[in-house]
Amino acid sequence: MFESLTHLQLQHYWWFIMSVVASTLVFLLFVQGGQTLIGTLGKNEDERTMVINSIGRKWEFTFTTLVMFAAGMFASFPLFYSTSFGGAYYAWKIFLVCFVLQAISFEFRRKQGNMLGQKTYEAFLYINGFLGVFLLGAVVATFFTGSEFYRSEYNLSYWQTTLYGIEILFNPLNLALGIALLFLARTLGALYILNNVDHEVIEQRARRQVGLNAVVFLVFFLYFVIRILLKDGYAYHPETFEVYMEPYKYLNNYLQMPAALILFLAGVVLVLYGIGITWFKESRKGIWFSGPGTFLTVLSLFFVLGYNNTCFYPSSYDLQSSLTIQNASSSHYTLTAMTYISLFVPVVAAYIFFTWRAIDKHKINDEDMKSGDHHIY
Amino acid sequence: MIENIDLALVNWSRGQFALVALYHWLFIPLTLGMTYIIAFTQTIYVRTGDKEWERIAKFWAKLFGINFAIGVGTGIILGLEFGTNWANYSWISGDIFGAPLAAEGIMAFFLESTFIAVMFFGWGKVSKKFHLVSIYLVAFGASLSALWILVANAWMNYPVGMVFNPDTARHEMVDFWAVLFSPYAINKFLHTITSGFVISSFFIVAVSGWYLLKGRNILLAKRSIVIAASFGLLSSVFLATTGDGSAYWVAQKQPAKLAAMEGLYEGQEGAGLVAIGMLRPGKQIGDGEKAFVFKIEIPKLLSVLGYRNANAFVPGAEDLVLGNAGQDIMSADEKISRGKVALNALAEYKEAVALDDMQSASAAQARFEENYYYMGYGHLFDPNGIIPNVPFIFYSFRIMVMLGFAFIALFLLILYLAVTDKLQENRWLLRTSILAFPLAFLASMAGWIVAEVGRQPWTIQGLLPTMVSTSNINANAVILTFWMFAALLTVLVLAEFKIMTTTIKRGPDNAKKGGENV
Repeated sequence: MFESLTHLQLQHYWWFIMSVVASTLVFLLFVQGGQTLIGTLGKNEDERTMVINSIGRKWEFTFTTLVMFAAGMFASFPLFYSTSFGGAYYAWKIFLVCFVLQAISFEFRRKQGNMLGQKTYEAFLYINGFLGVFLLGAVVATFFTGSEFYRSEYNLSYWQTTLYGIEILFNPLNLALGIALLFLARTLGALYILNNVDHEVIEQRARRQVGLNAVVFLVFFLYFVIRILLKDGYAYHPETFEVYMEPYKYLNNYLQMPAALILFLAGVVLVLYGIGITWFKESRKGIWFSGPGTFLTVLSLFFVLGYNNTCFYPSSYDLQSSLTIQNASSSHYTLTAMTYISLFVPVVAAYIFFTWRAIDKHKINDEDMKSGDHHIY
Repeated sequence: MIENIDLALVNWSRGQFALVALYHWLFIPLTLGMTYIIAFTQTIYVRTGDKEWERIAKFWAKLFGINFAIGVGTGIILGLEFGTNWANYSWISGDIFGAPLAAEGIMAFFLESTFIAVMFFGWGKVSKKFHLVSIYLVAFGASLSALWILVANAWMNYPVGMVFNPDTARHEMVDFWAVLFSPYAINKFLHTITSGFVISSFFIVAVSGWYLLKGRNILLAKRSIVIAASFGLLSSVFLATTGDGSAYWVAQKQPAKLAAMEGLYEGQEGAGLVAIGMLRPGKQIGDGEKAFVFKIEIPKLLSVLGYRNANAFVPGAEDLVLGNAGQDIMSADEKISRGKVALNALAEYKEAVALDDMQSASAAQARFEENYYYMGYGHLFDPNGIIPNVPFIFYSFRIMVMLGFAFIALFLLILYLAVTDKLQENRWLLRTSILAFPLAFLASMAGWIVAEVGRQPWTIQGLLPTMVSTSNINANAVILTFWMFAALLTVLVLAEFKIMTTTIKRGPDNAKKGGENV
């Protein structure tokens, strides 16, 4: 069935799948955002416990989606995997530490004998939510701004600075996306908790946080997007594969792919609408708009990044070393095999949807936290 | 292809992977097996309605939860470490190796993480049947995850289903089914997963045994022991069977690993299996010295196990290094020189393509393909280097096998005494069963050493040596992050042990309700 697709079609399909996973991940970062709001939204033990249990029941989805993004990139674009992970070494390693801290913190936080004390585990959750998300944003920004690596004729890559990823922090655009992502996650976290926890005081605080964080998010996001749209981008010639700088590349991509532009505009409108009804109309349903809006916006950014003869992982050191969906991908055979495996994706989405509904039938409230008959973080 | 080799980089990269894998493997066996034991227990509850069974399931589920989180945390480091620390390997093998990892993500991780939420938060919230099915799905998801990662690992030991593409300079998959259903993979999966079942069974037997010694939670302990010892007995018998299969495939595909496992220097027909033996320290290949200070051998057994033929020739380390014309075994020197021909031909091919000289390119390609099978040897310098560390593998293998057989007997005894209700009188056995839990880990780690250290000097058997598989980074970056992970994981693992022992000491009844974590 899929064997008859061309290699190029399969590469497009897999960039689409990875874009969907990445966009889902960014939406699910509401867990991380929520982790940075634990102390702000919960002023006493009971309140904090409600907040933590609200996001704590979802942390594994974010985590698994992150793992899925990494594994999916390994399988479909292995050259990205080897070049970025093996080059921006420190950035990814610190990122990993942030996620290891998260993996144990929900479970260990209030367990007797946890050695480090409850406050430490809450600090771990904060580090994961703050540093983990910021780093992710900063690294993804290099997909637009470029990294310093050289790729040999054997496709082995050599990072050109011994900072191995720390240099990412020296570029204001990378910083801007890192900060924007952090405050987006916090906005989404507040929106999610507002919807999921049935507690008047927490609701009021969350509403206030939505407004505050959304403002910071918008400032940095607009700065990033405007700069990206106005800057030269890394393009390649579809036949010779020669890489060159094209003025307004990302703006051109939006104009040449109107579907991406529509997704972007729809996404931004939905994000703003969700924030707006929370702020002005006291609605609790903001997450239902801002969440999908986030998904659509990120999806469109990934389309602009990978499609239309664009280098999705450019090298600012040596243009010709830049990675594209064509030179970084797996073989035709492997992408075909993986495409069959991707048929599981809708099945997975369906069972996640139904189990979430089963678990979330009741909102989290005080009483729920005090009943002893199930697992509480 | 790769010119400069920094041994510090290679060793610290190996060290970092081993460190994280070591910590990871402290938790994964319990995840693999405990899910099934919890599922069995909960099944009995759903069938009989006896609340005590539910209480038992809940107690083990609580310990399982503590253990699961840190398994997940160490797992993500390993997954990304292929990229961060083994970037060359990731590119050269990524077209084959990435697919099972992605399949693991799509098929197994989401299954686990979704239904584990139902398992933890669903007590009393969703229907009993849905809850039970969820526990089975978590167990199934964990096993499926093990399948995919072991398929990937088996491919490194026995690479199949691919060709080398000189244009992209990597191996490319041509047969997915050959990779998935490689007999090496199936056997490795069954052997590893059952070792997890055995460790889990010992965990439950040990905790329950401790309760019996203390005279606490008697009903919970007795019932748990019957379930765990039955599961453990079946698993340990199956473990021995699949161990035999593992040895067979090692003999077929990794003769150097087998030679190290047996301390076999000079190959022989009708080779015996060393049951117990002590290797002579300082023994070198080709020095004419005896390999053993003493040994007790079971005649012909190695030939039978490795080749299903009592008189089959089993090559020793010296045959593999120096060659054995009579048995048609090429010397390592010859393989190395053919490997260098392959690598040079590849370089010439690349150059010719760059100059658009298609005639030279196809000549170089033909020469490359002729010697492709030896390309990994082209990176080696020392012929002796094709044999892994013999004493380390030899003793590890013996520890694993002896403990493995002892476990069968121990489970049998525990089960017999449990069924006849004489366990509490045999306090020595309860103490032994507590000791067996760390020993089960020891056996498992020894098996891991045989499998992975025994694979050296290769990451991909015969095709890619470990020393050229790393990322092209500074050794200091790896050393720094090694200590970072060593410190972090050690603290977290200590915390986990402390929580585990505290929770066990408090037992199922002593958890405070409300506020306090249950």
